[in-house]
Amino acid sequence: MRPLTDAETKDFFEKLSKYIGSNIQRLIERSDGLYCFRLHNDRVFYCSEYHLKQASVISRENLVSFGTCFGKFTKSGKFRLHITALDFLAPYATYRVLLKPNAEQQFLYGHNISVSGIHRISDNTPKYAGIIVYSVGEVALGFGVAAKSSHEIRHTDPIATGIFHQADIGEYIRQESTLI
Amino acid sequence: MGRHLDTQKPKKGPGRKSRKQKDPAIPYRIKELEAQDKTSLDPARTFGRRAKKRAAKRQAKAEAILAGKSERKNKKNADRKSEQINGDSASAASEKKRPRAEDFFDETTESGNAEDEDDADAQSSVSESDMPVAALRKDNDGQYVQDGMTLDEADEEDDVDMPDDEFVGTDAEPSNNTKAYADGVPDDSEENAEKFTFPEGEADGDAHRPAELAAVDHRIQEILLVLADFANKREPGRKRKEYLSLLLKDLCVYYGYNDFLMEKFIQLFPLPEIREFLEANEVHRPMTIRTNLLKTRRRDLAQALINRGVNLDPLGEWTKVGLVVYDSQVPLGATPEYLAGHYILQGASSLLPVMALAPQENEKILDMCAAPGGKTTHIAALMRNTGIIYANEPNNNRTKAVVGNCHRMGVTNTIVCALDGRKLRKNNQLFDRVLLDAPCSGTGVISKDPSVKTSKDEKDILKRSHLQKELILAAIDSVDAKSKAGGVLVYSTCSVLVEENEWVVDYALKKRDVVVIDSGLSFGNEGFNRFREHRFSPSLKLARRFYPHEHNLDGFFVCKLKKRSNKILQPDNDDEGEAESTTSESGPTDPNTSGDVKMMDGDFEFEINTEEDDTDDDDDITYMLADVQPAAEDESEAQTTSVGENEITALEVAPASTGKSRKKSKT
Repeated sequence: MRPLTDAETKDFFEKLSKYIGSNIQRLIERSDGLYCFRLHNDRVFYCSEYHLKQASVISRENLVSFGTCFGKFTKSGKFRLHITALDFLAPYATYRVLLKPNAEQQFLYGHNISVSGIHRISDNTPKYAGIIVYSVGEVALGFGVAAKSSHEIRHTDPIATGIFHQADIGEYIRQESTLI
Repeated sequence: MGRHLDTQKPKKGPGRKSRKQKDPAIPYRIKELEAQDKTSLDPARTFGRRAKKRAAKRQAKAEAILAGKSERKNKKNADRKSEQINGDSASAASEKKRPRAEDFFDETTESGNAEDEDDADAQSSVSESDMPVAALRKDNDGQYVQDGMTLDEADEEDDVDMPDDEFVGTDAEPSNNTKAYADGVPDDSEENAEKFTFPEGEADGDAHRPAELAAVDHRIQEILLVLADFANKREPGRKRKEYLSLLLKDLCVYYGYNDFLMEKFIQLFPLPEIREFLEANEVHRPMTIRTNLLKTRRRDLAQALINRGVNLDPLGEWTKVGLVVYDSQVPLGATPEYLAGHYILQGASSLLPVMALAPQENEKILDMCAAPGGKTTHIAALMRNTGIIYANEPNNNRTKAVVGNCHRMGVTNTIVCALDGRKLRKNNQLFDRVLLDAPCSGTGVISKDPSVKTSKDEKDILKRSHLQKELILAAIDSVDAKSKAGGVLVYSTCSVLVEENEWVVDYALKKRDVVVIDSGLSFGNEGFNRFREHRFSPSLKLARRFYPHEHNLDGFFVCKLKKRSNKILQPDNDDEGEAESTTSESGPTDPNTSGDVKMMDGDFEFEINTEEDDTDDDDDITYMLADVQPAAEDESEAQTTSVGENEITALEVAPASTGKSRKKSKT
């Protein structure tokens, strides 16, 4: 494992800030110690420094995962956020969306959400902003990208896509093998 | 006045409105039999078993009387004849007279009826059973004799209060008739005793047909009854072994096991329990889930699931996180609660080793065989995501499951690695607690995986056992004996075989300085401290065994060990040939020579096998051999969980022995 290079860090933080804005600092400096990101097998892991020391004992080919995996860098160098980061991003979300129960099922299967499926959306959501998707019971379901700003959503027809799907917790079952 | 003036015809017979069922049409054959035994009780009336018995007894008495009468008659005749011929009244000589045809004839006419009655009785009673059909034979006297039963012996059967006593063999009381055809006894002399016959060379294929399976089932029940009261119910001349082997074959056929595994089970379970165990293996255990306390509470989860249409209940008194699911309208593995990591589908017995381990916060824990990650996440939940867990899974394909489950359940303090468990000690890492849920043959989870019934062999079991022994030693070496948590190892398997459970733990007790301590589980059977020819340390009674038919859990074994020091008691390379030989020197030895029986309660004397350094195997770590220490010191060490002083002060090698370990007793 190694620390992220500058370029990688930039890409990674850019992606994160789409969802949590400027709260990235809160992820790093936490009340129970310093946390950091490390790269291992093209994947970005998030863990405390204590864990880091422990994990570095294990040789690279035997180490599979440590702490939490946030996502991976694809072969073309772009960073892709995984659903496994949801627990850490959800508390700091800037824009949130609540889905109706029907739309919830659709989202969990990996489909985009039409405008009619949106129960509530944060005000001032700009177009193409990263949003955290919740169910009506405030259970985090995944990540998405707003297809239209919250202004526009009120005036568009219900069939149009309202939220683009990025990641959802159904992937734990659907894509278990590719998560790690 | 009315129509009837004075005479009123008396009403005859049943009224117009009463309906009566016609008498049954008796088939011709029975009519024949009825005609035969007009003098005796009607067999149609004695269909009850007790009644039949009584009838049989009556027959016997009647017969005996008749026989006695005829004897006397014969004597009388003989006497008369002898008087006529010899003119003497020497009755002694007359007794030896050759039996005359008339006497014979008399006998048969008088007691012939009795014979036939018995025949009829026997026939009707036997025909009720599902026994393999035994042919009627005519023996020397021209009497019909049922195979597998002497008529008189059936008559003399004991008045046992058993439902199947008619299948019971009895002591034959000699009587005239028995002697008469005992000479002409048929080929299978074994089959004359009881109704339960040993089948004469059934073709194996026959027994697999469904109709025959019922017969096999019945036979199993009978054999079990015979074995339960062997002294009285056995066939004379048949050994217990023969019954057992037949039982084994029948059970294999009926339940679909191979001989090896069935034999193991018969050795393991007493005969009344064996059927319950096998039946329990046919049925799934109830589905259980474990609440993830990191994300939700059991109450809230239960409520949420009930709203989705799941029928569930708390699992039991012994757990605060388990829920048992009776039925569900939605697939439990795909509910939003599952995806959000609020629970995991886990067998109830998998909760036990983690409960025994009792991990505390801020500890360093190793889970050596972590896949699919249920126990790892349970440990993390108990630790509230503090400390650190190493979840090791040597199989690369299964590490994904561990990672997936850890992430889903919100576990952040886990490092997942894919090392071979036996090589873990090379990392020089020491842990506060270690959980070893060893790979096993799966004989306790046959209900989940029926292929285990036929796929296990002696070699498989021994190989597994060997691997488990290596793993447990590696696990012990990874435990920090000086840790504040006490240096705890929990060894568990989902198997019921002794080779994989007690034997492995006993092996570890001999090789390392560990003791078995109480697992803290409130239920479960005790582990075995002896089993057939094996003798294990008595402390193994603290281990716990769980059976599907007793506890409604998967078959399981849990044993909690505490490491007292880093001493090596015997070098590891003594037992390379263990996989091949079943009785190697490292197997359980008799208590007189094994020196490492460690008791938990204080007054122990230990013997250390000291050894030179260079007999160690290729491990990089050199184990420090301790000087023989006074017993008192070690006692106090064992009692305090935090080992303050450094017990290993001097690297003193004992005077060299001739390569073999020798025991040194402490005064």
